[in-house]
Amino acid sequence: MGEPDISNNIRFHSALGTEKSVGYEGLSQINDDGFYELSVLVGGVYCAGCIQKIESLFTHQDNIKNARLNFSTRRLSLIWDGDIECSNGFVQAIENLGYSVQPYDAQVAKDEIQAQERFLLLCLGVAGFAMGNVMLLSVGVWSTSVETMGPATRDFMHWISALIALPAILFSGRPFFRSALGALVKGHTNMDVPVSLALLLAGGMSLFETINHGEHAYFDSAVMLMFFLLIGRYLDFRARKNARSSATDLLSTLSGFAHVIVDGSMRRVLIRDLKEGMFVRVVAGEKFPVDGLVIDGQSSVDTSLVTGETMPREVSEGADVYAGTLNISASVMIEVTKAADNSLLADIVRLMEKAGQGQAQYVRLADKAARLYTPVVHFFAVIAFLGWWLLGGLAWQPSLMIAVTVLIITCPCALGLAVPVVQVLASGRLIKNGVLVKSGDALERLAAIDTIMLDKTGTLTRGDLGLVGSYADDVLQVAASLGTHSAHPLSKAIHVAYKGDLLDVGDVNELSGFGLQGQYKGKTVRLGSRDWCGDPDIESSTDIELWLDAGGKKTCFVFQDSLRTDAVDTVLKLKNAGLNILLVSGDRQDVVDKAGQQVGLDVRYAGQTPTQKFEIMEALQNDQHKVLMVGDGLNDAPVLSGANVSMAPGTAIDMAQNAADIVFMGDGFSPVYETYKIALLTQKLVRQNFALAIIYNFIAVPLALGGFVTPLIAALCMSGSSLIVIANSFRLKWMSL
Amino acid sequence: MSVLIFLIPVALFLGAIGLGAFIWSLKSGQYDDLDGSARRILIDEDERSDED
Repeated sequence: MGEPDISNNIRFHSALGTEKSVGYEGLSQINDDGFYELSVLVGGVYCAGCIQKIESLFTHQDNIKNARLNFSTRRLSLIWDGDIECSNGFVQAIENLGYSVQPYDAQVAKDEIQAQERFLLLCLGVAGFAMGNVMLLSVGVWSTSVETMGPATRDFMHWISALIALPAILFSGRPFFRSALGALVKGHTNMDVPVSLALLLAGGMSLFETINHGEHAYFDSAVMLMFFLLIGRYLDFRARKNARSSATDLLSTLSGFAHVIVDGSMRRVLIRDLKEGMFVRVVAGEKFPVDGLVIDGQSSVDTSLVTGETMPREVSEGADVYAGTLNISASVMIEVTKAADNSLLADIVRLMEKAGQGQAQYVRLADKAARLYTPVVHFFAVIAFLGWWLLGGLAWQPSLMIAVTVLIITCPCALGLAVPVVQVLASGRLIKNGVLVKSGDALERLAAIDTIMLDKTGTLTRGDLGLVGSYADDVLQVAASLGTHSAHPLSKAIHVAYKGDLLDVGDVNELSGFGLQGQYKGKTVRLGSRDWCGDPDIESSTDIELWLDAGGKKTCFVFQDSLRTDAVDTVLKLKNAGLNILLVSGDRQDVVDKAGQQVGLDVRYAGQTPTQKFEIMEALQNDQHKVLMVGDGLNDAPVLSGANVSMAPGTAIDMAQNAADIVFMGDGFSPVYETYKIALLTQKLVRQNFALAIIYNFIAVPLALGGFVTPLIAALCMSGSSLIVIANSFRLKWMSL
Repeated sequence: MSVLIFLIPVALFLGAIGLGAFIWSLKSGQYDDLDGSARRILIDEDERSDED
């Protein structure tokens, strides 16, 4: 074996490390007041302290007009007066605090979702105002008789109610009208059709009654119906708004910068502008922005995110590297072989988008109920109208009024609240256990699964290598001191394992593909692979090993990726619940087999690419299996978004967390089982709520058909049924698993 | 009953003030970051600038 080439990349790396953040002036915009604006995504914000640290950087400066960090979206918006070049200084200041900053691309903004949420809230607020005031007047009308009040006063009360209720219905009813119109245009109906009909007819008929000095006006019922339904709609929207925005988030990870070499000098170029044939310098600790070919330098590449392999891959000139993988040990130059939108990462994006489209076909239980409910309600309303008009001998106006009360009182209030309330409570209970449910119907889908696909690295295991066995303290000390000079996972693991003081090892070089070499007390010490500094006579173990050669004295360190606590127990519980579990990993066969045997899983797939994983999932789904995917890496992301429902640990990369429906925190694996149990419980309560709503309608509909429903009875029935459903949902808080 | 001439407008006016306040808070973005607001309560006041 030839003497390894000692690169001087370390020097180059440190020179680049002091480089200033530039390029942000291009993203700054001037606003209407003549101030500059910049929005960036800040990574690593987890608590109030982070918000304070970052904002206080700016709040004490005079030229800053506004600095606000949105905790939910991780987006910092800065408005300042003065020079546009200041933007780079601001970003540098945040980076100096240790937070990562990414350019925020306005094109992939989620402003529309925010506008929608505000619109729903506004409608809810207006409906609430209208309901309160109309109810105030209605209670007055109900609690006295015509004899004491007089018809003139009653008409006056009705007129004021009309003045409040009619504009409110037209304003706040828009979410229902739009959705109903959209469905009708496409030639089918949804739950919003009877709701819209009830709102408009109740408002119109009540106005008609008021003009004709009628005894009953149903303004209060209409506004109340609208208010309750909007609550359900808003809760549902909040639960669902974070869901499945993964594709946009993926694109925004491509909006960072890359260091491109042009005519011997270095420039920062937006990743999406990289072209084939450009030369890009990627320093240690950076991710490869695109797929490329190494043309200069040697390094180790951590591909665990893309392929799931625990051990880094060694690359040298001529090797392929993929976008999204992490360069660990030394700076390398690559030639771009595929532009950003053709890279492996972009392939994964496309797979995810394809997966997302498949997902849209899922029909929620509430929608299924609505499909049954709508024709029945319309049928009863028409029967009531025609029956009373043609057979019952009433004029058309009172007949229509009875039909309207049928529409109102079969009120989907209880139906509209049945699902969102339980889901919000279930999410609340799960959050206390460190489980975050991101999409509203995730629990519903989770309750229906029969198969689980598990990733190994980082999901079933902790995802980082730990030193196993015991070693002499002085040996460990030397190894750890040497290990601090490298970002290689094994070096880090050995550094973490040693708690004492470090020695001063001089002249340290990292030889890519071999290990670390340094001088200590006049002797050469080496930490590296078996071939380079190990003892070939000692039998190799099946685990990952690292050798220390301290002036001829050789020691072998052994590493393992340990299982999460309670992984064995949880897998057993899930099996006992009748679920079929598969272990699907990108890691080597022997590593996967070992982990699989430890937790007792017989179905194991090793060495799977992201596409192969996706195909396994598709095959399962084609066999009518409902699949839960649990994974943490980029290689899992397409399956996470394509599976019927997906979970990711809190240690997963952002992309996987975004793609997953549910994220669980902590070292344990048991949240997977607990969440499954709560999902089953949630579905049970949802079904009970539907049953309650149906029982209620069995009582209410005959009353309405018989023409016995006055506005007072309608109000009591509607609020009563909603309260019963809400009360039943609250049982979720106390029920044990 | 003539007292209603005063009471009803008063009631409506108070309700309208509440609605106005709600719409203002909505438009000024106070509902955009509910998670952040929940955490900001932990930040010491005197460390912060007066504008917020």
